[in-house]
Amino acid sequence: MKNMMEVKDLTFTYSGASEPSLKAISLPVEKNKVTALIGPSGCGKSTLLRGMNRIHDLYPGHRYEGAINLLNADEKAYTNILDIKKEAELIRLRQRVGMIFQKPTPFPMTIFENIAYGLRLSGVKKRTELQEVVEQSLRDAALWEEAKDRLSHDARGLSGGQQQRLCIARAIALKPEVILFDEPTSALDPISTLAIEEMISVLREQYSICIVTHNMQQAARISDYTGFMYLGEMIEFDQTDTIFMKPSQKQTEDYISGRFG
Amino acid sequence: MELFFRKIAQLSASLVFVILAATTIVLYLSAKPAIEEFGVKFLFESRWGEEEKVELSPTELSDLESLEADKGAPINDDFIEDDDDFIMDDEDFITDDDMEFGDNKSRVVYGALVPIVGTVFSTLIAMLFSVPIAMGIAVFLSEIAPGALAKPVGIAIELLASIPSIIYGMWGLFYFGPFIAGLFGGNTVSLLVAGLVLGIMVIPFMAALSRDAITTVPDMLKESAYAMGATKLEVIKDVVFPYARSGIIGSIILSFGRALGETMAVAFVIGGVYQFAGKVTDPTNSIPVVLANSFAESSGLSLSVLFYLALILFVLSFIVIASAKVYFLRKK
Ligand SMILES: Nc1ncnc2c1ncn2[C@@H]1O[C@H](COP(=O)(O)OP(=O)(O)OP(=O)(O)O)[C@@H](O)[C@H]1O
Ligand SMILES: [Mg+2]
Repeated sequence: MKNMMEVKDLTFTYSGASEPSLKAISLPVEKNKVTALIGPSGCGKSTLLRGMNRIHDLYPGHRYEGAINLLNADEKAYTNILDIKKEAELIRLRQRVGMIFQKPTPFPMTIFENIAYGLRLSGVKKRTELQEVVEQSLRDAALWEEAKDRLSHDARGLSGGQQQRLCIARAIALKPEVILFDEPTSALDPISTLAIEEMISVLREQYSICIVTHNMQQAARISDYTGFMYLGEMIEFDQTDTIFMKPSQKQTEDYISGRFG
Repeated sequence: MELFFRKIAQLSASLVFVILAATTIVLYLSAKPAIEEFGVKFLFESRWGEEEKVELSPTELSDLESLEADKGAPINDDFIEDDDDFIMDDEDFITDDDMEFGDNKSRVVYGALVPIVGTVFSTLIAMLFSVPIAMGIAVFLSEIAPGALAKPVGIAIELLASIPSIIYGMWGLFYFGPFIAGLFGGNTVSLLVAGLVLGIMVIPFMAALSRDAITTVPDMLKESAYAMGATKLEVIKDVVFPYARSGIIGSIILSFGRALGETMAVAFVIGGVYQFAGKVTDPTNSIPVVLANSFAESSGLSLSVLFYLALILFVLSFIVIASAKVYFLRKK
């Protein structure tokens, strides 16, 4: 089973909307690979990503059709996460499928507590265990050197780029299987952007990653697969090289070459 | 133009300090005679408007005794009684006091302890009662209620917050007081009724302000907590409240200040008697109520006493609010 997640014929309609925002989308998220989603603004990239950890369900009334399959821990079969009804299972899902947002969102607590937060939620209390995970996560997010002397300071005192790395550290502290990134660098300067891109290439060895980006160079640099979306449809999905070098759809080619969007 | 606006803004800002200083000075000057007469003892004295024979300290007493011994005329009760009759009112008393140091005399005593205690306790009851309820309303409106419900209820809360306090007072006197008396026994006007009416009065105010503070929490921040597997309760407790902390505490402090200085709502339901409430269901008094009830019939020293009382309320509010700010907001 090389796919960690599989979106199958997903149609998604926002509550109160007459038209679906996603129309029969299919997409694999391969294990230990980076899958990028590109497309013009409003084409439904965030909508798709937010379905994959069912964060949409925080607001009532949205409708899903189709399936989003997540590989079980035993790696033998898939579970359709759209079938999940119980709150406790949704919480478990969100611990397995982490998410990084468009802007850094440090919680109003110390750096240490930010990273320990997810573990505390899942019931870990032992100080030594928390300390271990906090250090390891900060190291993996390339933030340890900068943050080790100020773990007890408010996380909102970090710079924007550091805050975003903190959010990544916070997500990987939970050892998720998939990490979803929704334009993680759109609020950052070029240097911080580069740091995050490098980190994603490293994280790929342990996690399966799906990233939405507006920056086509970024998609070309860091992803293995790329999906091009337009008006709620998946126009083309292929290896990143193929999408950028010889796309099979006219629309993809036009978008890549900057002729629209 | 830029300069003009800056000047205007500076002027308005400095006006605040001018008003603050002017208020303090006027209060102090008007209270001065009473401060000189009663000193700090005023704060710990529980009698109000009672005449007393001036008690002399042991040293003064012994001085007096030796003086009397020289004269060969011992102190007797008749003489003092006589003196009592002679003093007719405050003005006389003051001149009397100035002229005849060391003689036996009587004076009218004023003390602030009863209204101070009444004010503090009615405000505490109000806060204990209103903070949890107001927080519940604020969280419900901003985080739990669906939009279709949150809007109208929110507007209703804002309307309630703008009802003049005298209406709460009347309602408290005629309906709520008897209801509470039926529930807990005791009087229909009491410290408890005053505290609860005050609490009810500040709930909408506090809830509306706290809700506004809570709605400033970015959706993305809450979503990130949910994305870590937090439940609604955990998000509210760990993210929403800490993020909106300064706004929420600000709303509590403002409500506290309002309760501390509230006059009309309390005047109806506290009883207005100069005695401590032995039980919470007993009537007592509060500083603003004393002020409102006594200004019309006061003059001279008794008027100055009211200003002293006002100064105490002013300082009390200032200390409470300043220390609450320092304590709760010291960490960013
Ligand atoms: N909460 C919502 N309710 C109704 N419609 C929504 C909602 N959020 C988004 N939409 C609609 O869904 C469509 C897809 O939006 P989405 O945010 O997924 O686009 P996107 O590809 O992420 O765009 P961007 O690159 O600008 O972030 C848009 O047409 C948008 O108007
Ligand atoms: Mg988006």
